[in-house]
Amino acid sequence: MTVQESYEKMGGDYNDAMSRLRADDRIKRFLIRVAEDASFKNLCDNLAAHNMEEAFRAAHTLKGVSSNLSLTRLCKSATAITEALRGRTEYGSDLEPLLEKVKEDHALTIECIKSIE
Amino acid sequence: MEQNQKKSILIVDDSELNRALLSDMLYDDFNIIEAENGVQAVAILQEHELEISLMLLDIVMPEMDGFDVLAMMNNKGWINTIPVIMISAETGSAYIDRAYDLGAVDYISRPFDERTVKHRVMSNFMLALKQREMSDLLVEQIYQRERDNKIMIEILSHIVEFRNGESGLHVLHVSTFTEMVLKHLVLITDKYKLSQADIKTIVNASALHDVGKMSVPDSILNKPGRFTPEEFEIMKRHTVEGEKMLAAIPSRRNETIVKVSAEICRWHHERYDGRGYPDGLKGDDIPISAQVVALADVYDALTSKRCYKEGYPHEKAIDMIMNGECGAFNPLILQCLMDLQAELKEALHSASPTETLDSGARDNVEHMLKASGSDVSNRTIRLLEHERMKFRFFASLSREVMFEYVTSPEMIVLTDFSAEYLELPEKIPNPAESEFGTRVFDKADFENLLSRIKSTTPENPIVEGKYLLTIHGEQKWNKVTVQALWSDDAEQPVLEGALGKCLDITEETEEIQQLEVLADKDQITNLLNARAAKRTISNILSSPSENEYALVFFDLDNLKRANDDYGHLFGNKLIKTVADRMIANTRTADICSRFGGDEFVIFMRYKDEHQIERIFRAITNEKLDGFTVSVSMGVALSSECDGDYDALLRMADQAAYAVKKSTKNAYKFYNALTEAEKKLTQ
Repeated sequence: MTVQESYEKMGGDYNDAMSRLRADDRIKRFLIRVAEDASFKNLCDNLAAHNMEEAFRAAHTLKGVSSNLSLTRLCKSATAITEALRGRTEYGSDLEPLLEKVKEDHALTIECIKSIE
Repeated sequence: MEQNQKKSILIVDDSELNRALLSDMLYDDFNIIEAENGVQAVAILQEHELEISLMLLDIVMPEMDGFDVLAMMNNKGWINTIPVIMISAETGSAYIDRAYDLGAVDYISRPFDERTVKHRVMSNFMLALKQREMSDLLVEQIYQRERDNKIMIEILSHIVEFRNGESGLHVLHVSTFTEMVLKHLVLITDKYKLSQADIKTIVNASALHDVGKMSVPDSILNKPGRFTPEEFEIMKRHTVEGEKMLAAIPSRRNETIVKVSAEICRWHHERYDGRGYPDGLKGDDIPISAQVVALADVYDALTSKRCYKEGYPHEKAIDMIMNGECGAFNPLILQCLMDLQAELKEALHSASPTETLDSGARDNVEHMLKASGSDVSNRTIRLLEHERMKFRFFASLSREVMFEYVTSPEMIVLTDFSAEYLELPEKIPNPAESEFGTRVFDKADFENLLSRIKSTTPENPIVEGKYLLTIHGEQKWNKVTVQALWSDDAEQPVLEGALGKCLDITEETEEIQQLEVLADKDQITNLLNARAAKRTISNILSSPSENEYALVFFDLDNLKRANDDYGHLFGNKLIKTVADRMIANTRTADICSRFGGDEFVIFMRYKDEHQIERIFRAITNEKLDGFTVSVSMGVALSSECDGDYDALLRMADQAAYAVKKSTKNAYKFYNALTEAEKKLTQ
């Protein structure tokens, strides 16, 4: 699969990424690093441990990373949970569906990245 | 870019991916330094402030966020020299406003694109570069102007001296002397409100103290003999004339330098006791500037050669001044003279005119730059870099643990070698809670060290002590030496940090312990010597115990014959053999000692007589090279001596002596001696 095809499949905006990052091979290199990035795992772990401040930072980073690579779909769910976590001190069950959505989108994104040749 | 050397950019972001992305866009044009949180960023700035041309800063980060970093940069003044561009996914105007208020130059929101990042970085960088060039230019110009001013003053005052037939060094000496005394004066008293700038003005003005001599006719000025009273009156007028000349400068009479010069001209021949000229002012009615220049003038006149006299040596001149032979002076100023004797001698006999001129001008430039908050020149950066390289090189060679302590933000910075050796990071924030302050150092020790550093003074900045450090899980004695760094603000010095090193002295300590053991041993037999035996046995006797001990004392019966018949070397061999037999037939807890000559002692837990019998036989049964080993042995028991070592030894000795006087080659117990036998040795 090409980078562009994988973007289509994971709900990203290849043209936007291309217009900002300006090189297909650069996008590809950094997509691979997204797969290795720790912020998703940090988000899950810190939410599970109810470390709200750490969880916010991890969500915020995930949002930044996905937005910079125009991973639109993942960015949208990361943004939603970031905003829900902003300034928050207590865990609440309302976070669960938001996290589920991030997990789903992240899994799809990683799967698509891995299928790039 | 016009220069080959790439400029450095500091990228601060907690996401490695984000840093990598920015770095990827910029590494063609810049050298990239990365920090993953605010604390690291501050640590890097601390060390590389002058090399970093621009900074990209994220806001939401652990440890210390972007706003805190900006606040710290304001606090340290770094914000004036390093342009900061914020990069954040936060687009709320509250965030952006706050960043700008704290001195950020630009704000890039995520997702960023390459062209924007490159463009904004480059344009802000070029702007800062231009600023820096302008400030270098400004430095050059201020420096030039200062130099020109100073040269003009010196030319003017040299003209006066030239007429006077003097060396031309007088002005220089007077100003050097004045500067040193004034700087010392403000340290010993706060009576005179003199700022560093006031001192500078007085020092410059002092050069003009004799400008009034322009009005004195050559014939009087250069007369080799004594003045007539009339001539002296004319000579004395140079004070008033000098003031007049300066007061007559039309548009500048309100300038401080002109005012101070005028007061020095008029009053540098007044005396503290009121008997000087022209006005007979007394005590502190005479301006402090004129008081100091007066002493400087007298000192230099005494030590210099003049047309009518030779120069006195420095020490003689000081004596004459202190004895009141050359006028009356303010005791505080005389105190300065006494305190500074050695330094004055050094300074006034080594200063070359151009050096002083340059250093004065340089001081002024630095002062002005400080006041305007301007940038330091590239040369300074190179020098700093050079110094740092030198330090790293020596530090890596020395294989010693070296560290820097920074007070604000509080952290420890280790050298490359030390960090690797201690298995710690190079930068350690919050040291008192860190591995360094709680594991390597004992927590209480480290707090003790810090409080000792804090209680140093600029005059006494060294702290030294022996500390037990834990390195690689082992406890090691280290000599820790620390030099505290105080700001050079004379009135209110601030502790800025400290430099320290830890020298492992474990081996040294162990060697000393080994030497102590060696000193306890007899050299031929390796048994304990008498001194060590006494110490060890006394210890055992004095500690409460239910045990019975025996002290066995013996000497060889026929050592003299052995030496005569078999030679001196055989004597030594015999002694060694006896010692070896003693060791072989006692337990390690027993104490075997050679008392000197052919006398030996064994001290051991006592069971029964068989034990003594066995040892006696073990020592004597076997011949050595056909020579019969024979000893006279006495035994005393600890229950009889009441813990007194000397008494116990004396009893064993008496028993041995009784054997010697009878059969020889046997043993006896002290408690089995007859009264007659006991008296034998008395």
